[in-house]
Amino acid sequence: MKFLFDSNTWQEIFGSISKNKTRTIITVIGVLWGIFIYIALSGAAKGLDNGFDKAFKTVAMNSMFVWAQSTSMPNAGFKTGRPMQLKLGDVEVLENRIPEIQYIAPRITQGEFGSEPVYTVRGQKSGSYVLNGDFPIYTKISTKKIFDGGRFINQEDMDQARKVIVIGERVQQELFKKEEDPVGAYIRVGNVYFQVIGVHKLAEGVSFDSDSAMFIPFSTYRKLYNSGDNVGYLCIAAYDDADVVQVEKDIKAILKSTHRVNPKDERAFGSFNLGERFGEIMGFADGLTFMSLVVGIATILAGVIGIGNILLISVKERTKELGVRRALGATPSEVRNQIILESVFLTTIAGVIGIILGAGFLSLLNTFTEGGDFPYANPTVPIPYILGALAIMVILGTLIGLIPAQRAVSIRPIDALREE
Amino acid sequence: MIEIKDLHKSYKMGSNSLHVLKGINFSVEEGELVAIMGSSGSGKSTLLNILGMLDELDEGSYVLDGVPIKNLNETKAANYRNKFLGFVFQSFNLINYKSAMENVALPLYYQKVGRKERQEKALKYLEQVGLKEWATHLPNELSGGQKQRVAIARAMAAEPKVLLADEPTGALDSKTSYEVMDLIQKINDQGNTILIVTHEPDIADMCKRIVHLKDGVIIEDKKVEQVRAAQYV
Ligand SMILES: Nc1ncnc2c1ncn2[C@@H]1O[C@H](COP(=O)(O)OP(=O)(O)O)[C@@H](O)[C@H]1O
Ligand SMILES: [Mg+2]
Repeated sequence: MKFLFDSNTWQEIFGSISKNKTRTIITVIGVLWGIFIYIALSGAAKGLDNGFDKAFKTVAMNSMFVWAQSTSMPNAGFKTGRPMQLKLGDVEVLENRIPEIQYIAPRITQGEFGSEPVYTVRGQKSGSYVLNGDFPIYTKISTKKIFDGGRFINQEDMDQARKVIVIGERVQQELFKKEEDPVGAYIRVGNVYFQVIGVHKLAEGVSFDSDSAMFIPFSTYRKLYNSGDNVGYLCIAAYDDADVVQVEKDIKAILKSTHRVNPKDERAFGSFNLGERFGEIMGFADGLTFMSLVVGIATILAGVIGIGNILLISVKERTKELGVRRALGATPSEVRNQIILESVFLTTIAGVIGIILGAGFLSLLNTFTEGGDFPYANPTVPIPYILGALAIMVILGTLIGLIPAQRAVSIRPIDALREE
Repeated sequence: MIEIKDLHKSYKMGSNSLHVLKGINFSVEEGELVAIMGSSGSGKSTLLNILGMLDELDEGSYVLDGVPIKNLNETKAANYRNKFLGFVFQSFNLINYKSAMENVALPLYYQKVGRKERQEKALKYLEQVGLKEWATHLPNELSGGQKQRVAIARAMAAEPKVLLADEPTGALDSKTSYEVMDLIQKINDQGNTILIVTHEPDIADMCKRIVHLKDGVIIEDKKVEQVRAAQYV
């Protein structure tokens, strides 16, 4: 291994590489392209992955919505088409019977799914908005970013059925002047005055609620609308490790049995499983990452094999030169080391340039996608992956260099000299 | 310096075997300038290659400067070549991507001589062959005679015990040939031992001794009055 640290060795290698420019450039481009593809693809896939992560950051990923519809089968003496109604009691039953449920937030809503939005007045200004009766726990499922000075509904609001309201950004813009602080102000919702306690900012990425939605305590809502134990729909988050599809099935099965619906009735309860959709998207991103890894590694391999090939050709071309070197006193191991080192050196140089270009490409990509709607963020390749790729290339460069090196020393110097 | 006893060499070609050297006895003292003559195919190159440890003998013994040369592996042969021998070829065999100076310095690289000293020595030997100002030129920028002079400088740079030249003037016109022979004579004048393979009588006459090969044996081995090449250049 001493030859590795001998400046003479490197001068000889560098001489041979710099004087055979065409060969050097062709070999370098092969590997460079490979590592560039590897970095660009896996970085791009990572960016997509990050983008999805960011888009879904504000909502519990393992979440779903469940609502009531009407039966499609007769059951237990009831006729087909019986309208279903979710009740607060259902929440308790589900919480107790399905341990995979982390949070469950019942909500009752006015202004969505065909019902009239609520007419809201503030001084001379007015508008019609969606009104939700919520539990404080709702923010565990869908993060609400509240502007400074405000807050979301809390347990005390619930217990005392306070007339407090959280309004959306757009509601604020439509009902308040720019310089006015809405927190503490009163607005009339229907016929009842509510005090604004917070303004929620529309979440970046995915959000369950629009910026024109308003939130009041569930308890206040039921008093106001005299809705009793009725629930509009359930927002449910399962634990991260739970199987969301199974949880969804379990929930529906329990609801069917408590509401005396035929177990085979698919219409009685509707649901939307965000976790499942999310899993599909993440699966897509993972698949993309994996694919880019495979394509990248295949391209690197092809590049390294290309280097091996060109070195093999060049060893053939250089047969005579190598014969002369040996006549002048080069030992077989000196010749072999020189060719392997040439291979490793070329591979490494090409790899480093490829990494730099790949990083440049990713940072360009980052600038272009920044701030766009496309779910894309921070396309990076982890350092260990890059070092790993480099290590693989040095190893492959050595291995692939062995073939031409062996060929170079397998010819006797006398035969090499005779070559024309 | 060189002692050969009863040397035999055959080339096997399939089931046939071609007996090229059939019992050569031959020795060379230090400082000699020997021409090996003979018609084409008489085995001159074969003999020189065995002396140069580029090829192996089948039978007989070869002692170089007191060292018996036998059963060498490639590494050992390479080291001996590097230490004992300088080669000059008919087709020059310069490395085309290296400058004249780098070519001359190459054997020193394999002697593990440092870069600076290599360059100094290479320049010194280029100066001896009258090509100092061509040091940075590539071989394809040199004439045939200049190339051969670079090759001679390269062979001498390692300060070998014996210089082996296989038809060094074979690719050159007669005027250039005499220039090269003039150089070889001057190197010999400094006490270096030189063996030249040639089939040209005028070149052989410029040596001090002529060995004549025919059908694999030495048929004549005589000392001659050296013709100085300088008078023709
Ligand atoms: N490697 C080899 N394999 C087979 N035959 C060879 C080989 N080298 C030389 N010969 C044969 O040996 C004979 C002597 O060759 P050589 O020594 O090159 O002759 P010269 O140099 O005197 O012209 C020739 O007949 C040649 O064909
Ligand atoms: Mg010959």
